[in-house]
Amino acid sequence: MNRYTILVYTENFIGILNRITIIFTRRGINIDALTASESRLDGIHKITIEVTVTEEQIIQLTKQIEKVVDVIKAYCFKDEEVVYQEIALYKVPIESLDPGLEKVIRQFNAHIIAAEKEFVVIEFTGHKEDTQALLEILKPFNLLEFSRSGRVAIAKPKFSVQEYLNNQT
Amino acid sequence: MIRGADIVVKSLIEENSEYIFGYPGGAIMPVYDALYDYSDQIKHVLTRHEQGAIHAAQGYARVSGKVGVVLVTSGPGATNLITGLADALIDSTPLVCITGQVAAHLLGSDAFQETDVVGLSMPGTKWNIQVRSVEEIAPAIAKAFHIAKTGRPGPVLVDITKNAQIEFGEFNYAPCLSVRSFRPYVKINEKAVADAATLINTAKQPYVLFGQGVVLANAEAELKAFLDKTGIPAASTLLGSGALPQDHPSYVGKLGMHGNYAPNLLTNQCDVLIAVGMRFDDRVTGDLKRYAKQAKVIHLELDPSEIDKNVKTTVAIQGDCKVSLALLTEAVQSNSHPEWMQRFRELENEEKLAVMTNDLHATQGGLHMGEVIRLINQFKEEDAVLVTDVGQHQMIAWRYFDYKTTRTQVTSGGLGTMGFALPAALGAQLYDYKRQVVCVVGDGGIQMTIQELGTIMQTKAPVKVVLLNNNYLGMVRQWQQLFFDKRYSFTELENPDFIKIAEAYSFKARKVTEREDLEASVAEMLLHQGPYFLEVVVEKEDNVFPMIATGCSVEEVRLS
Ligand SMILES: Cc1ncc(C[n+]2csc(CCOP(=O)(O)OP(=O)(O)O)c2C)c(N)n1
Ligand SMILES: [Mg+2]
Repeated sequence: MNRYTILVYTENFIGILNRITIIFTRRGINIDALTASESRLDGIHKITIEVTVTEEQIIQLTKQIEKVVDVIKAYCFKDEEVVYQEIALYKVPIESLDPGLEKVIRQFNAHIIAAEKEFVVIEFTGHKEDTQALLEILKPFNLLEFSRSGRVAIAKPKFSVQEYLNNQT
Repeated sequence: MIRGADIVVKSLIEENSEYIFGYPGGAIMPVYDALYDYSDQIKHVLTRHEQGAIHAAQGYARVSGKVGVVLVTSGPGATNLITGLADALIDSTPLVCITGQVAAHLLGSDAFQETDVVGLSMPGTKWNIQVRSVEEIAPAIAKAFHIAKTGRPGPVLVDITKNAQIEFGEFNYAPCLSVRSFRPYVKINEKAVADAATLINTAKQPYVLFGQGVVLANAEAELKAFLDKTGIPAASTLLGSGALPQDHPSYVGKLGMHGNYAPNLLTNQCDVLIAVGMRFDDRVTGDLKRYAKQAKVIHLELDPSEIDKNVKTTVAIQGDCKVSLALLTEAVQSNSHPEWMQRFRELENEEKLAVMTNDLHATQGGLHMGEVIRLINQFKEEDAVLVTDVGQHQMIAWRYFDYKTTRTQVTSGGLGTMGFALPAALGAQLYDYKRQVVCVVGDGGIQMTIQELGTIMQTKAPVKVVLLNNNYLGMVRQWQQLFFDKRYSFTELENPDFIKIAEAYSFKARKVTEREDLEASVAEMLLHQGPYFLEVVVEKEDNVFPMIATGCSVEEVRLS
C-alpha cells in the first residue's frame, strides 16, 4: 500500500463529486482526504483526493474516475511526485499561553491567527506528519479543538489540461 | 414558444426515436398530454410495469443498435427503473430514460412522489441530469442521446421537474455532437498493432475470444476478415454470440461457466490469447489466478478501464475494434492452424458424446430443454432473434441455438435479471414485426414480468413465447443439488395454469408434455402469424453441463 494523490479535472457539474466518491465506496476504499476547488482554467474544477491503496488499485481507480463523463482528466501521483500542503488549526485556552507554548509556536513557525477573550487559534501548515506532531505537543496544553484540511497539491511532472483539451479537437 | 412537455416529445422525434416505452403518472402528465398530439410521429407503448418498459427498451436497443427510450413518472415510476438501468449499464445498452419530477420549488421537501432519482440512479447510469427549467430540456436530451450511444454505450437518465414541462420556451433543436470531457474514441496506437501482429505471426496456438464489443462496434465483418486470414480458432462470450456465424470455420464454441468444453479447457493451452470487445467477466474466466497464465494476452478494447482490469495484457490495443481489427488484419500474415484446430474438434466430440447427444436427441425419459431448442433451430428463420431469461433455460438455449446473424442474441448477461425476457422480446419484436422473435423463459422468471403479456396483446407483437417449465427455480436447484447436498430449499414452485393465463391474454397457446407432440407444436408456433405461447413441460431435475464450478479454473470444466 502506498499513499497517492489523484488530481481530477472536471466540468463544474452538479453531482460530479458524488459520482467520483461512489467509485471508492463501491470498492470499499476509504478516502483519506478530499478537497475541491477551482483550477487555473476557467470553468474547470480540480478535485484532489488522497488515498492509501496498492498500485493496481490506484490504476483502476484513476481509470474509473476518468470514465465519468464529466471528468476531463485524472492523474495519479506518488507522494514524492507532488508538492502538497495541509493546513491545521488548533484552539487553545488563553490560560495555556505561557512561555512553553510560545516556544513551541516559534519552533514550528506556527502563527496565532486569532485571539479571543478565552482562547487563541494557532495556524500551522505542512505535511500531515508535521501538523500531527504539533497536535501531540499541544494536547498537554489543554487543546480545545483541532481541524485539519485535506491536502492541496501541485504535481511535479509536467502536464497541461489545457493542452489536453486543445489536442482533442 | 411551446411548452416544455412539447419540447420533450419534439426532441425525441428529432433524435429519430421510433418508440417510447413508458408509463404515466402525476409528475410526467404534461409530457403524456403532449404525446397525444404527436402519435403520427412517434409511437408510445404502454407497458404494465416500469420495469417492463425499460427491459422492452433494452430489447429494442439490442436488436436495432438504436437508443431505447423510456418515459416514466417520478417516485415509484422512477425507482421501478433501477433494475433495468443496472442491467443496461453492465451490458452496455444505449438508453435514454426520462423521468418526471416534482416541481422545482418542492425539491427536497418530501413532496408527494418526490424521490432523489438522480442520486438513486447514479451508480446505475453512464450519466444523469436533473432539468429544472424549460430552456435546459432540449440541450439535456441532446447530450443524453450523444452520451448513451457514443463510445461504450450505456443508459442515461434525464429527470425533468414538472414546472419545466409546463413552462413555455423556444424550440430549436441542436443535436449534441461532442462533449469536451467525453472523448471515447482514441487513435489506434500503431506500435501496439505492430507488436500484436508480431505475437500473432509467431504464435503456434493463438486463440481469439470475442464479445459483444464486436457487435456494438459493428465490427462483425472485420472480425470475420481477421479470422479468414489468420485461421485462428475463435470462441464467443454469452453476449458475443451472433457476431460470427456459427458455421464459420474458425468458430469453436462458447466460453464461460456453461459454455463449451473445448473453448474453456484450451484457454489454458493457447500461447497467444486475442480478446476482442470482451471484458473477462468472472463467469468467463473462472479462477483468475489460474486463467491463461501461459499465454501472452492481446486485448482489443474501447473502454480503457477494462484493460488490465482482470487479466494483465501483453499488448493492449485501445480503441474502436472496427478500426483496430482492420489494421491488425492488414498487419498479420495469412496462416492456418490445422493441428491446433483439431484439438478443439476432438474435445468437441467428447462433449457431443458426453452431453449434447442426450441433451438434443434423447428418446426416453422426460423432455430436455435442448430438444426444444434443436426443433426451434430446425424451423426458425435464419435471422430469428433469441431472447432468453435467466437460468438453466438461458444457458441451454444459448448453448444450442444456431446463431447465424448478428444481433440475434438478447439476454441479460452481466446482471442476470430474471424477468428480463418477456418485455425484452416485446421490444425486440416491435423493432421489426416481420422478424421472428423467440422468447425462451423459465417458469420462475416469467412470473416476474408476466403482466407484460398484456402489452404484447395490446401491441399485437407476434412474439413466440416458449416456456420451459421444470417447476423449479432450476438453476438454483442445480446448485443445491451439486453444492448443497440436494437440500432443495425454497426452489420448488407451485405454478398456475399458464395456458389459461396466456389465453386470457389472447395468445394462441399450447402445452406439450410428450415427446411425440413437440415437433409439430414448435413448427406450428413458428408458422403462426400472431403471438404464440408454447409451454413445454420438461424434466424436473435436469442439469446444465459442461460446468465450471465457482472458484474453479477453466481447465476444470466438467462434463458431468
Ligand atoms: C431477479 C432475480 N432474482 C433471483 C435470481 C437468482 N436466480 C438465477 S437463476 C434462478 C432460477 C430461475 O428459474 P426459472 O426461471 O424457472 O428458470 P430455470 O433455471 O428453471 O430454467 C434464480 C432464482 C436472478 N437471477 N434474478
Ligand atoms: Mg424453472
